[in-house]
Amino acid sequence: MDKMPKWADIVLIPLISLFLAAFFSALVILAIGESPIEALKLMIDGALMRSSGWGYTLYYATNFLFTGLAVSVAFHARLFNIGGEGQAMIGGLGVALVCLYVPWPHWSLAILGASVGAACFGALWALIPAYLQAKRGSHIVITTIMFNFIAAALLNYVLVELLRPVGAMDPASAKFAAATHLPSFQDMFSTAETPMFRGAPANVTFFLALAACVFVWVLIWRTRLGYEIRAFGQSETGAKYAGISPVKITVVAMLISGGLAGMMSVNTTMGETERLILNSTEGAGFIGIAVALMGRNHPFGVFLAAILFGFLYQGGAELALWTSIPRELIVVIQALVILFTGALDNMVREPVEKIFIAMRRRNT
Amino acid sequence: MTAPAIELKGISKAFGPVQANKDISISVQPGTIHGIIGENGAGKSTLMSILYGFYKADAGEIFIKGEKTLIPDSQAAIKAGIGMVFQHFKLVENFTVLENIILGAEDGAMLSTSLGKARKELKHLAEEYGLNIDPDAVIENLSVGHQQRVEILKALYRKAEILILDEPTGVLTPAEADQLFRILDRLREEGKTIVLITHKLREIMDTTDTVSVMRRGEMTATVKTADTSPEELAELMVGRKVLLRVDKVAATPKETVLDIKGLRVIDEKGVERVKGIDLHVRAGEILGIAGVAGNGQSELLEVLGGFAHGTGVIEVNGAEIPLTGHGADGQARRAAGISHVPEDRQREGLIMEYSAWENTVFGYHRDPAIQNGILMDNAGIQAEAQEKMDRFDVRPPNPKLAAKNFSGGNQQKIVLAREIERNPDLLLIGQPTRGVDIGAIEFIHEQIVKLRDQGKAILLVSVELEEIMSLSDRVAVMFDGHIMGERDPAQTNERELGLLMAGITDTSAVADSGDGASEEALNDG
Repeated sequence: MDKMPKWADIVLIPLISLFLAAFFSALVILAIGESPIEALKLMIDGALMRSSGWGYTLYYATNFLFTGLAVSVAFHARLFNIGGEGQAMIGGLGVALVCLYVPWPHWSLAILGASVGAACFGALWALIPAYLQAKRGSHIVITTIMFNFIAAALLNYVLVELLRPVGAMDPASAKFAAATHLPSFQDMFSTAETPMFRGAPANVTFFLALAACVFVWVLIWRTRLGYEIRAFGQSETGAKYAGISPVKITVVAMLISGGLAGMMSVNTTMGETERLILNSTEGAGFIGIAVALMGRNHPFGVFLAAILFGFLYQGGAELALWTSIPRELIVVIQALVILFTGALDNMVREPVEKIFIAMRRRNT
Repeated sequence: MTAPAIELKGISKAFGPVQANKDISISVQPGTIHGIIGENGAGKSTLMSILYGFYKADAGEIFIKGEKTLIPDSQAAIKAGIGMVFQHFKLVENFTVLENIILGAEDGAMLSTSLGKARKELKHLAEEYGLNIDPDAVIENLSVGHQQRVEILKALYRKAEILILDEPTGVLTPAEADQLFRILDRLREEGKTIVLITHKLREIMDTTDTVSVMRRGEMTATVKTADTSPEELAELMVGRKVLLRVDKVAATPKETVLDIKGLRVIDEKGVERVKGIDLHVRAGEILGIAGVAGNGQSELLEVLGGFAHGTGVIEVNGAEIPLTGHGADGQARRAAGISHVPEDRQREGLIMEYSAWENTVFGYHRDPAIQNGILMDNAGIQAEAQEKMDRFDVRPPNPKLAAKNFSGGNQQKIVLAREIERNPDLLLIGQPTRGVDIGAIEFIHEQIVKLRDQGKAILLVSVELEEIMSLSDRVAVMFDGHIMGERDPAQTNERELGLLMAGITDTSAVADSGDGASEEALNDG
């Protein structure tokens, strides 16, 4: 028998962890000398009560969806891909090249091309650590972290030396052609009378991210490859017995993971800035780790967690704008969420399990 | 009458919803060997862990030499004179015997005083109990039997009056086991009290004075060993009558299915594990490979199963199969008609987190018959899994339950169902009944014999000599990577096989000459 029902594992425990994280965040806010209740009000007001707030929240959530899914897929194969940040950066390079050098007739084709470019470049950036892990046993955590730095340096070089338009002072590429500009939520949902999502960066890529959730769910739980990835993740010896090649699964899982991380750049580079800039990822690759942890590596969980972190991001920006609470506080809150949902998982889990067992015993 | 060495009164312990020990009372007289027998999961180890302070009982009292004693941790157990020899030794591999013995019992910060004292004490113990061992030998260079002696010495050094041994013969050759039992006899003569936990009926019958039987967390009986029989104990363990012997007719072997010539296997550390062996298995027979664990049998199975590499020639149905590189994996082996019930079902044969239905296609999951376009036909697999589980009497018959939630026997039935129902030409089967309860053993043995009678070739590897003897049509003994010889199980005995398992080929010379010769040969280890 499982120790507790599935819903408790998937919903209850993350909620309790979240509550604890919120509680300790409140203490931190108190310590700064601000009111936690006012802060929460401000965050909700700024991120969820207006459509433009939602426009930001969903924009961030789109990033976190891609990077969260990327971490999840790798994690099903027991590979800890910390390199989402670097893969997303290099994915951005793929987007830029596709948008700059291909004369796209319409955005709908351009987004497909850019997605392929982003995924290929992201996957390529994950391929080297994957190969080193599979063939040489170099730990993927170490190599992916190093590849984040290499990616940042590479992007810097490419932007400054190769893609920067002549005469520009900015380390950024030229603006993409107008035909590649993606429709924002404002374009899509506003009517003449009621403007919606005004000025917000959320764009059509959000729906691409939702499609990616469905894709990952089908891949992991409905296909042969997903079966092999999960089997390898649970037991490498078992995989060998079944004739599943550890090298192949390591490489394939990391390619998919890197591809998903790379696709995040469609949202930032193509959907928002419409040119490739330095640091367009803004740490979303790392937030993806927290999102995957909290979402229990399930696409639906990742979806909820991505929305939550999108809210934290946008709400945090609001806080910084209107109060003396610095933007970094959001990093503290995120750290607390990661601490409670990831590292201290058992602290919550064990008492909850005990309660369920006690309840069951009383019923029998 | 003296007070009992150990007296447990009304011990209960629950792990979540599982009641591991239910109101257990037991009394062990000093200077006796008391056996505790029961199936896996009957609660033997839990009970002993309570006695040794690893677990806290939910209810009940412990009396040592008539005095009520609280044992909150293992330090308290040692203080109360209880020593424990675990199934998996707790020795530091690269320390010497002496260093291991004082570990955790050092006097003061400087090692030399403790070592000097221990050396003297060890000499004394060796004389008193016949536990000879070189105090300066490094543990990793010692045989398993000697490592076990170090564990016993460790307990005695800590002034143990009561010694608990948990499945002590699992890793020993029959001869080493005999030596262990002689040591235990000696300890008993010196007044020590010994509790022997085992699932082997023969050991209970041969060595103990009294025996307690556990079933599903309860103590079902305590009897004098002299007044009982293996059949009665088995029935008490399982709760119904059990067939201890395998019922089978003589084999009618046909053409050779598996032919191995000059197989060598070098493991990942560069150690040669299989050193050039020749074997063949014919259709309609069971070839049993006997041997103490770690003599190359596992590697033999791994190469045949496609998850280790080797050199030499292996032919299946007359066609050579690749032993390295492309085509030397589990998928290719399955395509060649080889099914494999691996030795370690928890690490290899099953994905413990997968549900039973997912496990029923593990290894065969690329079979086009269970695909639905690019997706797997999960509904179809589930329906088929239900039928398989019914046919193999897997309990509970719920395909959605994760493999880890089944008992050892039922896990093994899931693996067997999967491998046997693929209708292979050759079935590799390693340790078919390790950690499996007696009731399920009977069923598993029946299935293996049934497959043989359908004309399939079966290669059986087991460290349980009894199992090899009763199932096999031919027995080959492996020692140190070599095949020491082949015997007809009807014309050999455990003693002869035991000598082969210890690497002594000249069994005719020593078979009749009594204990002396064989023991000397073994003492060299």
